[in-house]
Amino acid sequence: MTGKVITVTSGKGGVGKTTATANIGAALADFGHKVVCIDGDIGLRNLDVVLGLENRIVYDLVDVVEGRCRLRQAMIRDKRMPELYLIPAAQTRDKSAISPSDMVRLCEELRPEYDFIIIDSPAGIERGFRNAIAPADVVVVITNPEVSAVRDADRIIGLVEAEEKGPAQLVINRIKQDMVRRGEMLTVDDVLELLAVKLVGLVPDDENVVVSTNRGVPVVLDGRSKAGQAFRNIARRLNGEQVPFMNMQEEDGFFGRLARLIRPGGN
Amino acid sequence: MPPTVQIKGISEGLLVTIGEGPWDETHQALLSHLDQQAEFLRGARIALDVGNRILKAVELSVLRKEVAERELSLWAVLSGSPLTEQTAQTLGLATRIGKPRPEKSASLPDASFKSGEGAVLVRRTLRSGFSLHHVGHVVVIGDVNPGAEIVAAGDVVVWGRLRGMVHAGAEGNEQAVVCALDLSPTQLRIASQIALTPKRRGKPQPEMARIRNGQVVAEPWEPKREKL
Repeated sequence: MTGKVITVTSGKGGVGKTTATANIGAALADFGHKVVCIDGDIGLRNLDVVLGLENRIVYDLVDVVEGRCRLRQAMIRDKRMPELYLIPAAQTRDKSAISPSDMVRLCEELRPEYDFIIIDSPAGIERGFRNAIAPADVVVVITNPEVSAVRDADRIIGLVEAEEKGPAQLVINRIKQDMVRRGEMLTVDDVLELLAVKLVGLVPDDENVVVSTNRGVPVVLDGRSKAGQAFRNIARRLNGEQVPFMNMQEEDGFFGRLARLIRPGGN
Repeated sequence: MPPTVQIKGISEGLLVTIGEGPWDETHQALLSHLDQQAEFLRGARIALDVGNRILKAVELSVLRKEVAERELSLWAVLSGSPLTEQTAQTLGLATRIGKPRPEKSASLPDASFKSGEGAVLVRRTLRSGFSLHHVGHVVVIGDVNPGAEIVAAGDVVVWGRLRGMVHAGAEGNEQAVVCALDLSPTQLRIASQIALTPKRRGKPQPEMARIRNGQVVAEPWEPKREKL
């Protein structure tokens, strides 16, 4: 058995890399896989907070790389899941504390024992990004339907191609269906037309994500959340299943539908 | 003749230069050299100049381990081969020390290309951040995304959507043209003229941009128009 290393990256900050990492990891673990999430954002760690494991950190990634602890000691088990582990980033160091080869070595050590190793990349295209994609088998690029985020995603996809990591896969996060309908937001087709890569997920904008981040409970654990459902679908696709893309339409009631009927071409 | 190994002190530690020859032999020669002077070298930081040879990641990482076993540290690999440099960078090794080596020009100053003659064919999408400079014509089969740039001394032809920055006739050729199936670059330059793309109405169509009366104009491509 050898695990698959999935790196989540975006270029631009704040598009939802950490949220995606936490939720894809939690969903895969929920399906019964053995999953390790690695926070690659040394100096600005977040993944521990989103997963609600902040208070259990003793050792971190840099401690492992510099040999102050064994790998096992830095892995925090998420007790809500059968097999979900987090390797947190160091907060007091910076990206230069580890090198791409350190990451490759670390993942080689984890591969035999786990099904999925998910790396949360920092924003940017510098050392931290290089560290995060060095060991990757699959690179998932997160973007928002905004021109600036799409531009950065395009750059990242080019860099991933140059590193010969195979074609990147795309997740479009924070889609506001009502804005798309009014023609005020890029549509999924607009984004795909420019980026021309394989789509692996569409995630609607969902207030539950903020709530769950603040509580440290991944939104995939909330059965009613649309974003949670979307992340579960992404996890299944990354696991090789064929899952149809969910309908982005919100149930907006009788008046919403009526309004759409009256205003043709708005969809 | 055994391969040559030279060791020189520099401000960043030691610079070890190895001569030509098959890697196996040079590798062994290097290690025995380090062993011979183990006492003297202990704890040193080594920058290794491998010349133009192409080294695989495995070879470099094995070497790094062997060097580390001798209580030395390999921190940089200098090479004339971009491939080796890239491999070294992936392993987290530096590829430049102190004063940078004279940069090898990225655009091939190939003598066979006279300015404005000859062409390169690019068969892929040029994404944001990609920059293509060429002293002849450039032909792209694929899209040129916003944030990418093409600078050519000759013409630029894009069989796809052109949305990045494009500069044709960059060395002053006012006869240069830019054609694309969908011509909507962020900025279009021909020779010393700069133009922005007006907001498009309706469906994109193949267009050609050129200088007419000192201004850049884009005209729809019509099959029956007079020849260039």
